[in-house]
Amino acid sequence: MAQSPVLSAAAIALNRFGLGARADDPVPAVPGRWLTDQFARFEVRPPNFAALADAGEVVQRYREGQQAIRQMARQTIPAPATTEASAATPASPDLKAARKDFREDVQALYRAGVQARIDSALTTPAPFVERLVHFWSNHFCISADNPPVTAFAAAFERDAIRPHVLGRFADMALAAERHPAMLFYLNQVQSIGPDSPAAVRNPDRKRGLNENLAREIMELHTLGVRSGYTQADVTEFARALTGWSVDGLGAGRSQGDPNTFAFRPRQHEPGTRTILGKTYAQDGEAQGRAALLDFAAATATHIATKLARHFAGDTPPPALVARLADSFTRSDGDLPTVYATLVASPECWITAPTKFKTPWEWTVSALRGLGYPEAGQLQIAALQTQLGQSVWKPGAPAGWDDIAVSWAGPDALLRRVEAAQRLAAPFAGRVDARTLAPKLMPASLDTATAEQIARAESPAGALALMLVAPDFLRR
Amino acid sequence: MIARRQFLCAAALGSGALFVAPGLALATVATERRFVFIIQRGAADGLDILRPLGDPAFAALRSGLIGEAPGTKLDAMFSLHPALVEVARMYAAHQALFVHAVASPYRDRSHFDGQNVLETGGTQPYVVRDGWLNRLVAMQPHTQDEAIAIAPTVPAALRGPVPVASYAPSALPNAADDLMTRVTALYDADPQLDPIWAAALETKGLATGVGAKQDPASLGRLTAGFLTKPAGPRIAMLETLGWDTHNAQSGRLANQLRNLDAMLAALRDGLGPAWATTTVLVATEFGRTAAVNGTGGTDHGTGSVAMLLGGAVQGGRIITDWPGLAASKLYEARDLRPTTALDALIAGAAAEGLALDPTRVGQKLFAQATRDRPITGLVMS
Repeated sequence: MAQSPVLSAAAIALNRFGLGARADDPVPAVPGRWLTDQFARFEVRPPNFAALADAGEVVQRYREGQQAIRQMARQTIPAPATTEASAATPASPDLKAARKDFREDVQALYRAGVQARIDSALTTPAPFVERLVHFWSNHFCISADNPPVTAFAAAFERDAIRPHVLGRFADMALAAERHPAMLFYLNQVQSIGPDSPAAVRNPDRKRGLNENLAREIMELHTLGVRSGYTQADVTEFARALTGWSVDGLGAGRSQGDPNTFAFRPRQHEPGTRTILGKTYAQDGEAQGRAALLDFAAATATHIATKLARHFAGDTPPPALVARLADSFTRSDGDLPTVYATLVASPECWITAPTKFKTPWEWTVSALRGLGYPEAGQLQIAALQTQLGQSVWKPGAPAGWDDIAVSWAGPDALLRRVEAAQRLAAPFAGRVDARTLAPKLMPASLDTATAEQIARAESPAGALALMLVAPDFLRR
Repeated sequence: MIARRQFLCAAALGSGALFVAPGLALATVATERRFVFIIQRGAADGLDILRPLGDPAFAALRSGLIGEAPGTKLDAMFSLHPALVEVARMYAAHQALFVHAVASPYRDRSHFDGQNVLETGGTQPYVVRDGWLNRLVAMQPHTQDEAIAIAPTVPAALRGPVPVASYAPSALPNAADDLMTRVTALYDADPQLDPIWAAALETKGLATGVGAKQDPASLGRLTAGFLTKPAGPRIAMLETLGWDTHNAQSGRLANQLRNLDAMLAALRDGLGPAWATTTVLVATEFGRTAAVNGTGGTDHGTGSVAMLLGGAVQGGRIITDWPGLAASKLYEARDLRPTTALDALIAGAAAEGLALDPTRVGQKLFAQATRDRPITGLVMS
């Protein structure tokens, strides 16, 4: 890059590792230490996350309503000849109205969850750890593509990711795979052992395996694609996972807590499983758990590569990947140990920008830089959709790409310029871009950026220009 | 606080899934012929889209999914999914053909690796760096110095040395002129941002007067609008999502296909006379299991179906070396065995659609996969 600015270590700590500088942030005197000190300050359950409506309750009420209406329909309409015909019966007006209500409630819960996420990013005393929450949430991603997953999306990040971001990888993996959002998203709730008591008792229902969760755990969450497992391993793991379900959300089981994992022994495939050459003779829930924990222990290189890419650049330096993988393995997946290795690695501190910000990173850093105390009336969910990165909605289980070519597109760039103008407008007259920009990029602001900001036709224009300057688009 | 009401939803939980990325990418080339690639991300189920009802093993494998609407009967073997109403009309008008039991060289079952192979034209994931559609753009004589792209970012099939712009409908307000001018000045010296920004400005000029709707029909019309601008783009790519039907497939796939049908019809209608010189290819990264899984869906498989549509397509027929669905004929005892190379179809369709030499196109687009000659006789010259 012809014009790469030389970033100070303080600017790197604030912007590459953190979520972007705030005007009143003191410049970190010892940048590495400033980052690791945040481990003690991280807030696991910020108030706005804690205050969200109960997702499990929302989904449970919907399920109950669905059953009630079905029952009413059976009583009032003569029984159809075949089950296919009943499935094809058009929805009654009641049914349609109830479905619409549910979707609206779920959308409201989703939007509130997105606001909780942004507010947490704006107010956190531990922006480095908060960034890692976003990283892990994208690693173990769900996609809010249907109402139940949408309802649980914020709860997934709050209850499966945040409590473990400073813990062990294996614990986070267990929490993520057993969360209702994941169990619904990757169809695990419906997967039943073909020879389980539940399947044998109802041979006409033809229920059986769904291998979606098993495959994505191996491919995306732990071992990594092309790491040597076969289709037979995937199928065996899927059998081991049968019975993993959500409490209070199965048929006729509306009594339990719909926010929690439940194991249903009658749906579990009996027998011993062989996965990647290892025999799992455990009975019930312990079988899938044992395999998952074995995978989690073997995931070092996959995780090391993704972390290295997130901080050191789109093409992760092999030496850094090896060092992080070693740190992961030696510490038994202790994440703060791995983060400390990351912070201590010179590859993460090179003075040219290493990353083009994703839309989410850019929005968070823009709001923090401008001085938004909270998102307030700004509809962040809608804004992120316009910028091309709908929150908790990557559309596929691999999550969002973490490379520049996926974000530095012509239309995407134009939209950032348009959004910058809108985000900056409320601060015109209150904040002077000429004094703000050097604070956000301490000892690092590009001279061309400073010149153009100084010449802008209006204070609002200057602020918007700052947000889309090349040095602000990168970290 | 959410009010206590009765909650209800369709059996198909996936019915609210997003269908369109939304993404449309366009490239400007000096031809009056047009080529559109629609990718179905998520592995579309070819056995449910073009149903081999005449195969003796089909009923046992799929009876649970077909229900009472077997679809439009095309010949003794195949029927088309009933949701594809407009596509069936195109087929009847000899403007659509299908290629069944087709697959890229990829033989594992990861979406992301499979899409990478499909889009780069390699034989292994992440070996070829640029996309075959970008290489196709490079084979055209350029009227303008840059290719145009439209979608927030450029999909992998269109990434490569030829600059491609992108556009997708946006609800954000336009930026002030002064801001645009200063941004241009700042990006001018930045080797990464300068070409991207130039492409964005060019597309912005082309896009005046187009709507902001992102539903499938609107995107079909939008695509047609760009393809019919004088000196506008002649190559387009649309991304569709949501084909990964692991559960409740019959409702979900019908919904997906209705959306695809609407997009294709809007594209055809929007192109008007230009439909006569347009070739549309619809393809997915791989197919799904022959048997239904335990949850009314299908899991990741291998062979699937591809569609070719357009005014000059030699349609009204199905191209296949049908492998059969008997247990012994299935690939790895579970999937439709691929008997036709998707590469050969893409090369032939792109070449004939744009009046280029099929052999040259095959070599340029799929240099690694040399074993299959491009399929020819697909599009009238």
